[in-house]
Amino acid sequence: MSGSAEQTAGGGMTEYIHHHLHNLQWQVGAGPFWIINIDTVAITLLLMAIFLGVFILAARRASAGVPGRFQAFVEMVVVGIDEMVRETFHGSSKLIAPLALTIFVLVFMMNFMDLLPVDLLPWLGREAGLPYLRVVPTADLNTTLGMALTVFALIQYFGLKHKGPRLFFKEMFTAPFHAHGFMVIVLAPVNLLLRLIEEAVRPISLSLRLFGNMFAGELIFILIATMTLGASLAHGLTYVMGPVQFLSDFVWTAFHILIITLQAFIFMMLTVVYLSMASEQH
Amino acid sequence: MDINLTLIIEGLAFFAVVLLVMKYGWPLFMAAIEERQKRIAEGLAAAERARAELRDADARVAEEIKAARLQAAEIIDRAQHQANLLLDKAREDAVTEMQRQKVAAETEIAAATVRAREELSARVGELVLAGASKILQREVDASTHRQLLDELAAEI
Repeated sequence: MSGSAEQTAGGGMTEYIHHHLHNLQWQVGAGPFWIINIDTVAITLLLMAIFLGVFILAARRASAGVPGRFQAFVEMVVVGIDEMVRETFHGSSKLIAPLALTIFVLVFMMNFMDLLPVDLLPWLGREAGLPYLRVVPTADLNTTLGMALTVFALIQYFGLKHKGPRLFFKEMFTAPFHAHGFMVIVLAPVNLLLRLIEEAVRPISLSLRLFGNMFAGELIFILIATMTLGASLAHGLTYVMGPVQFLSDFVWTAFHILIITLQAFIFMMLTVVYLSMASEQH
Repeated sequence: MDINLTLIIEGLAFFAVVLLVMKYGWPLFMAAIEERQKRIAEGLAAAERARAELRDADARVAEEIKAARLQAAEIIDRAQHQANLLLDKAREDAVTEMQRQKVAAETEIAAATVRAREELSARVGELVLAGASKILQREVDASTHRQLLDELAAEI
């Protein structure tokens, strides 16, 4: 934070936090929508490349013989997710298990960026000439909502595929309130409204849950980091805040390991559940 | 914080990763795992089969041993019987031979006795003749008294 020493403590902290929560952006067109968060996209693509590289390499090397440590580790994840999907999803689908695996591993990796020291990558970025750098892709609503909307599209696709278009659209007007005769027409708009709300809520809750957790986690790391913001060895308070900061950072990091794993698991699990609900008939 | 173009990029990138994993990663893993499961199952089945075969072989071996033992006992029995038979026959033969020898010897003795008697009677005739001629102081004409001499010899 260049120039923070000259500012008041409060101003420095505000600027620090604001700076940390600002994406590296590229205005590609007119209007607020035509912006790309370069840092989010770049880190996401980097993590995706690592994941795909490792996974596909492991898959190509996978042999039916005695597995090595690396293969055993990847197989442990693969088999674990495969079994979980089989328990939850009672149909046959080539997509759903790889989808679950991708969600779990990718979300975990993106969340894991939160555990890197909060100033490390932004500092390296500044040295490289980048004015802003946010390193946690899942703390960007665009990422979580983008994934959730993909899942939403897949839910509709699964519904259409497994139920057939006729039942799929018929259900929109006849469930959850079933009726006979004249009441069918009365209840049709109610059912449709409920269905639309139900469908719309899913991607929103999926994305906001993950985003909220990660954003809050990142914010707390930033707040912990501000404890010794602009501190110097000449101030007595530094010697109190230093250990406090270390301790709170340690505790929050340890706790956050649980959160990032849990959130990755929840995103995956809910996706599988939504997809199995979409493919089952009421 | 605002929704922008990043949303679409992230969504599409995510979907692309899912497709790549589905196409190039997942099936290879599943194939390897299923293949291994099959191999393990086959290995276990083969082990079970081998164990059963071993059990069978053990039982067969025990049976064979039992049969061999029975057969050996039977052979020993038969041999003993045979030996007894041989011994009996040998004894019988010996007895027969002995009796034959005895009979032969008795016949011989009888023949010898007869011969001796005949010889003796012949000699007795001569002696009598010699004695008589001595007594009579003269030659007894053998041819004259042949009949008498023969009667005498036969009496003796």
